[in-house]
Amino acid sequence: MESEKAVLVVGGGIAGIQASLDLAGRGLKVYLVESSPSIGGRMAQLDKTFPTMDCSMCILAPKMIECFRHPNITLLTYSEVQEVSGKAGNFSVKVLKKPRFIDETRCTGCGECAQHCPIEVYNEFDMKLGIRKAIYVPFPQAVPLKYTIDDEHCIKCKLCQKTCRAEAVDFNQQPQIISLSVQAIIAATGYELFDVQRLSEYGYGRYKNVLVSLEFERLLSASGPTGGHLLRLSDGRIPRRIAFFQCVGSRSLKGGVSFCSSACCVYATKEAILVREHVPKCEVYIFYNDLKVFGKGFQEFVTRAKDDWGIKYIRALPGEVIEDSKTGDLTLWYEDTIENLTKDMDVDLVVLCPALVPRVASKELASVIGLELDENGFFKSKDPLFAPVDTNVPGVFTCGYCQGPKDIPESVAQASGAAARAAEVIALGAGREAH
Amino acid sequence: MERAEGETPRIGVFVCHCGINIGGVVNVPKVVEYAKTLPNVVYAEDNLYTCSSEGLSKIKEGIGKYNLNRVVVASCTPRTHEPLFRATCEEAGVNKYLFEMANIREHCSWAHMHEPEKATEKAKDIIRIAVAKARLIQPQKEPEIDVTPSALVIGGGVAGMTAALSLAEQGFRVHIIEKEPELGGMLRHLHKLYPTMQDASDALNQIIKAVGSNESIEVLTSTTIKEVKGFIGNFEATVQKVNGEATNLKVGTIIVATGADIFEPIGMHGYKEYGNVITQLQLEQLLKDGQLKKWERVIMIQCVGSREEKGRTYCSRICCMTALKNAVLIKELFPDTEVYILFRDLQTYGGRYEDYHRMAQDRGIKFIKYLQEKPPTVVSAENGKLTVNVYHALLREQVTISGDLVVLSTPLTQHEDAKELSQFLKVPLGSDGFFFEAHVKLRPIDFATDGIFVCGTAHSPKDTAESVSQALGVASRAAIPMAVKRLRTEAITAMVNENLCSGCGTCVKLCPYGAIEKDAKGVARVTEVMCKGCGVCGASCPEKAISMCHFTDEQVVAQALAALGRLIA
Repeated sequence: MESEKAVLVVGGGIAGIQASLDLAGRGLKVYLVESSPSIGGRMAQLDKTFPTMDCSMCILAPKMIECFRHPNITLLTYSEVQEVSGKAGNFSVKVLKKPRFIDETRCTGCGECAQHCPIEVYNEFDMKLGIRKAIYVPFPQAVPLKYTIDDEHCIKCKLCQKTCRAEAVDFNQQPQIISLSVQAIIAATGYELFDVQRLSEYGYGRYKNVLVSLEFERLLSASGPTGGHLLRLSDGRIPRRIAFFQCVGSRSLKGGVSFCSSACCVYATKEAILVREHVPKCEVYIFYNDLKVFGKGFQEFVTRAKDDWGIKYIRALPGEVIEDSKTGDLTLWYEDTIENLTKDMDVDLVVLCPALVPRVASKELASVIGLELDENGFFKSKDPLFAPVDTNVPGVFTCGYCQGPKDIPESVAQASGAAARAAEVIALGAGREAH
Repeated sequence: MERAEGETPRIGVFVCHCGINIGGVVNVPKVVEYAKTLPNVVYAEDNLYTCSSEGLSKIKEGIGKYNLNRVVVASCTPRTHEPLFRATCEEAGVNKYLFEMANIREHCSWAHMHEPEKATEKAKDIIRIAVAKARLIQPQKEPEIDVTPSALVIGGGVAGMTAALSLAEQGFRVHIIEKEPELGGMLRHLHKLYPTMQDASDALNQIIKAVGSNESIEVLTSTTIKEVKGFIGNFEATVQKVNGEATNLKVGTIIVATGADIFEPIGMHGYKEYGNVITQLQLEQLLKDGQLKKWERVIMIQCVGSREEKGRTYCSRICCMTALKNAVLIKELFPDTEVYILFRDLQTYGGRYEDYHRMAQDRGIKFIKYLQEKPPTVVSAENGKLTVNVYHALLREQVTISGDLVVLSTPLTQHEDAKELSQFLKVPLGSDGFFFEAHVKLRPIDFATDGIFVCGTAHSPKDTAESVSQALGVASRAAIPMAVKRLRTEAITAMVNENLCSGCGTCVKLCPYGAIEKDAKGVARVTEVMCKGCGVCGASCPEKAISMCHFTDEQVVAQALAALGRLIA
């Protein structure tokens, strides 16, 4: 009976994946819409996860594949929600499926096409530190494992078409509008990084050895552009000293956002430990303001980082980074607020931990559905305490980072919560408002 | 049609490159050629990613084309990928227990990435061992169970009630049991809730009313758990009222929402020694009752009994915001009262709490950062006042503050009786004393034991919004088996040979899942659906009366011999 009822989930990161699996697992139909060519979201880009140091892809991939294989889940990747009308229990949705120029039913994911494609493009999955072809899958474990032609960079040489034995390449593919009828909607659009170039004092974009944390994560990752070898991008040298800056653009009243991204202190600690695993001799300093250790096992994790891994924490928000243009080495200036001294430090790499901000997609989806956003751009909860996953529109729920800063387990638990509320709407029957 | 017992094994071996993870070290084509030479192997091939949709269809193709009745995949870890390969076999008509996995990534290519030749030899060994077992494995039938569509929620606080309401709205019956005489839990003791400053009682009353008027929810107050038997879908809980009256509840799922206690800081900072040293919870009560006096100066100390070097090492998450909120409330009542908050690291995280912190600063609340190694001390002064000495970490000097009231922010702690409950339910507690979930990252509100879930502060300290999110979460997790109504469980279980069992009961005592009991004949009996196949019983049975399905002695010995290079054709 329930199988005729459907829920639209927008966003294929871990929150959207979890909500979809919960709903599908109980016999409801799910349409999972993801704007990029593969589901997986941010978690797919991570090397390890705190505080357990689980390999991120290893624990995520089975869930991604489960979404792909589940008979109740229809994956609509490379797609965007264009129009939503109706009300709780009876929404009509129009989804735009962008042309991949690949027949998904034919593509076997063999990769022959990409081997012949002459065009190399910086790879978004590797935060543009690595290279992909104009015909590509974002990462090897992509779900679905179907190639996409990047229209912007493709030169239409059609070598891919000639080499594809499955005859899957179709340059005539057109955008497609898919109409869906669903009873409830879950928005799980995730986050993006604050543009740290706005804080010119750190030199991001000008200095090669100043990175943001997600770039650094790819640099640490075995599936990343260096095959997991920790190297400086400027000269390929193994770094001897690395500094992490916390609160870059967050908790800030000037030039940034006022909120705390909640995960940075602990993921920086994780990345710091990974540095020591990769290069035991490399010194690691974390420049923090308040160490946010509020989550389960976080304080213990930071203690281990200090005692067992020799990570040094300095309470300071560095003021400036200066590059030696000959060597690419960096000097940073900071005021140690515990020692009450202004100091400098020479380092090989600086890793900025930027504010994690709601995606532009949140804003777009909000205007399509009529959802309210709060002053920071997060989906506004109907009641922040007692109805955190409800929005101002009955039948539309939200979960994960797009609802407010949170880490993976919080996103997963809340995704299940949004699934529960969506299931309530369906149980209550079409047309009736949820409580 | 499923391929059955008795057929000559026809084994297919699929060796995965895992991109460069395996293929970059191990010479995969060589390994494939080797696999073809092993007894009963009729087909072998390599795949770039065996787990990709292409790889999976290759397995299915192979099964059809070569009439395979056993499948070996040599790739990564069964922890993440075995379910996928098993399901693929099943789809192609091969019983999923006729699948065997060889881990040549974690156990080989990753571990020996600088020795490709030796790694290639080791990969061959690992595959030979897997094939040795594959020759002996048998199809298994998974037990099926019906699921009772009702849930037991243990704990009637905001988390338990929220979970119950959602489950009821989803169409399931719910029993809430609460040990106190009334519903409400911790929220009953709170005044206002941050950051919205909603009145806790008002909010609570609304929820209690909704629970009371919901016909699908039955509430038992002054009631505790006495015994829990059974397994997912079919739990039988005995609950008892204070007056001794016992009830049996048959439920499909159980939710642990037992909340937390608050640490009492006996012997710390003059608590119970000086009159005006109280806990944050006691201050909350004074504010709630309108009993707080107008003091000249109130000093709050954070991390009292939390973030310790040993013992309560964890951060209690809610104390900083609770202190901020109560400080703001004091300022609203008595604008002239000075409020100091002595903190280590201010846990004002997320989308709203930083703004709240700034608002508190604007209201004139004073913040002093102290260091763990130089904690504040409280002494009673002669004029009846309290003196707090603290090393001001940012000014780098010792300061002395004279105050009228000292408020200690102490952490949430696990209830004393949680240990007993964890034993009743056979679910674990972590080293911090809180209930320990199945997987910290991806199964944060499940227990490893199927059908039992956890939410709210029973899991770890958290505030109302976070408890509610988790409570809604368990309402989905628990609903899944109840909506599906019928479940299959793993067939890898212990089997007792009744003729050999002496009834010594060793296995009964050791089984971590409570899956074995002695039957009327005095011999061990395994409840298949509760057994996780861990093998503790089999390993410890003095009579060798217990063997493990899919891990029989014959199979394990064959693997051991294969490891030594002896593979009997």
